[in-house]
Amino acid sequence: MQEPLLDGITQTGVDRPEPILRAGNTNCGGCGMSIGLQMLSRAVADRTVQMVIPACCGIVTAGPFPHSAYGAPVVASTFASAAAVATGLAHVAKMNGEDTRVLCWAGDGGTYDIGMATISAAAERNEDILYICYDNEIYGNTGGQRSSATPMGAVTTTTASGKLEQKKDIVGIMAAHGIPYVATMSMAHPEDLFHKMRRALDMKGFRFLHMLSPCPTGWKSEPGEGINLVRQAVESGLYPVVEVFDGHRWVVNVDSALSQGALESYFAAQGRFGKTKIDLAEVSKAIHRNWRLLQMRAAFDTQKIS
Amino acid sequence: MKKLITANHAAGLAATLAGRANRKGRGFGGGVYPITPQTESIEFLSRQEIEKGSVVRVESEHSAMAVCIGMASNGARTFTASSSNGLAYMTENVITAAMYRLPIVMLAVNRTLGPPWNIWVDHNDTLLLRDSGWIQLYCEDNQEAFDSLLFAYRLSEDPRVLLPTMVCIDAFVLSHTLMETDIPEQDQVDGFLPPLQMQHRISDKPRTMGGLDFPHETEVHRGQMQDAMNRVFKVYEEHQKAFEKSFGRSIDGPVVPYRTEDAEVVIVSMGTLGATAKQAVDTARERGIKAGSLRVKMFRPFPEQQLVDALKGAKKIAVIDRDLSPGMGGILWSELRGAVRTADVVQSYLIGLGGGDVRPHHLVEIFDDLAERDRPEPSILKEVA
Repeated sequence: MQEPLLDGITQTGVDRPEPILRAGNTNCGGCGMSIGLQMLSRAVADRTVQMVIPACCGIVTAGPFPHSAYGAPVVASTFASAAAVATGLAHVAKMNGEDTRVLCWAGDGGTYDIGMATISAAAERNEDILYICYDNEIYGNTGGQRSSATPMGAVTTTTASGKLEQKKDIVGIMAAHGIPYVATMSMAHPEDLFHKMRRALDMKGFRFLHMLSPCPTGWKSEPGEGINLVRQAVESGLYPVVEVFDGHRWVVNVDSALSQGALESYFAAQGRFGKTKIDLAEVSKAIHRNWRLLQMRAAFDTQKIS
Repeated sequence: MKKLITANHAAGLAATLAGRANRKGRGFGGGVYPITPQTESIEFLSRQEIEKGSVVRVESEHSAMAVCIGMASNGARTFTASSSNGLAYMTENVITAAMYRLPIVMLAVNRTLGPPWNIWVDHNDTLLLRDSGWIQLYCEDNQEAFDSLLFAYRLSEDPRVLLPTMVCIDAFVLSHTLMETDIPEQDQVDGFLPPLQMQHRISDKPRTMGGLDFPHETEVHRGQMQDAMNRVFKVYEEHQKAFEKSFGRSIDGPVVPYRTEDAEVVIVSMGTLGATAKQAVDTARERGIKAGSLRVKMFRPFPEQQLVDALKGAKKIAVIDRDLSPGMGGILWSELRGAVRTADVVQSYLIGLGGGDVRPHHLVEIFDDLAERDRPEPSILKEVA
């Protein structure tokens, strides 16, 4: 399969003089977060940003004091606190008339689990924050334990015979807050991803971006296969690429063939699914159910409701 | 201007005045969350109009401190308030605030930890945060609560210190009790609290606050915190003079003696027990006992030298703790007995736990009890309720 070309999004004069993720960071080879941060760097370009990173993999990335692999100002927060620390930064920026975008960069543990109350409250207050969740579906930093973002059937160090429960529907949860913008991003669809990052960067209020982020260490997959895996997740319908405006206007950005072949490849390429008996027919049924719901939501024209 | 005001409202007012004083700086704010018996302070603050101010009504104490961390790391003057289980819930961010050397000021209303639930005064909540890296000031009355809050900003924001301060007041005894309190004008506060300049604030430079520390970096950072704590004593004295100049009244030092010059028996206490102790001293003196009282206003950094000097002549010392470290005894006692080696007896009494109403006669009984003792015994729990 051909890698997607970054047509029209090559380096330009307004790109950051130094990347948000500098060389010498501590990320594992093939880490989806590394790709995500490189893409974020290009999307941010010449905008002023301040970042908050909780105690996820993303803060180990920085490396030891006094060095930092981040080419942007960063405040490290405690695990549950990213959205609240970002609230503080954003309020002071606003009081001082500064055009600074405050972003949270957090994994699924810090978002779906321990940070849930904080992110929900910040969304309810519609704080002026761009929250980006790189979801590797595991507690990677601590060596690969299940989170509520781990998909059913995945083997982790705390679910030896596969996780029994479904992955939490974070997009539905965040959209239910009625915030200005929620979107999922596929790193196999960079044009869509850049468009969403830039759109979200320039919006006001609470924006939530979700990115499926391969973790070769936890997924037991080949480091070079990350983008292929994400593409298969999209083609199989497992990872819908959507956006939601104001909590009610749903748009499907990438049509999915709901390909059975892509689904089979996705599961076969990851060791985490190898030891469990996953009924792909059941997975497929759940995917079709989810897509019917998505299509209904996307067809529902809220403009016509008076 | 004299006002009849509760300590909770006095604290809210002090934060407001300190906040307005930073209007020419990077502004003022904080995250706030209610908990009995602190709630009225943040209600008061939420009603104020503060130029360049932003008070965020968050969903937990944990986030209240996190918002303060975000604001302070971006250079703003910050305030929050909490109590008891709220402080316990907030703890990891309390520690972060000190590690990041952020001059956050917090009102901590001392309340019993639970469950079982008890809303009355007890010092175990803030003493839980003894090792968090915060300066701790314990107050005797509403005026001291108000003054200490303003003073805390000056102390915390001093570039030689840059450590957060919690101002501790006793639940209900102060938090809900009206007392006449002298409130300065805004321009006086402006003079005492110039705009906050924080060199290490986050800006647009690629600098990471936090990240990783290996053992050596940790040694260096802990050493710097300890050095800053050690500088507090001298800085405190300097700012006492500035306080008097700005407001025309004095503010007490880290330890507050009462009739200790010739005292042979001394009660050492914290918070409002210090006021009760003064009455007990007067009564005991009338009966011919050479009694004295020493109130520890600043518990962190621990004013060891001042305590040693003030207790040089004391033969018998009663340390009264409104707290209990189970398996050890009184917390103030356990720290003080290691420092003061000149007395014959340093006896620990636990009194007023869970808000038991400590009357002067209870402390006179302690003077009598102490007179009978040649050697200390393990902490004595004196029931008063």
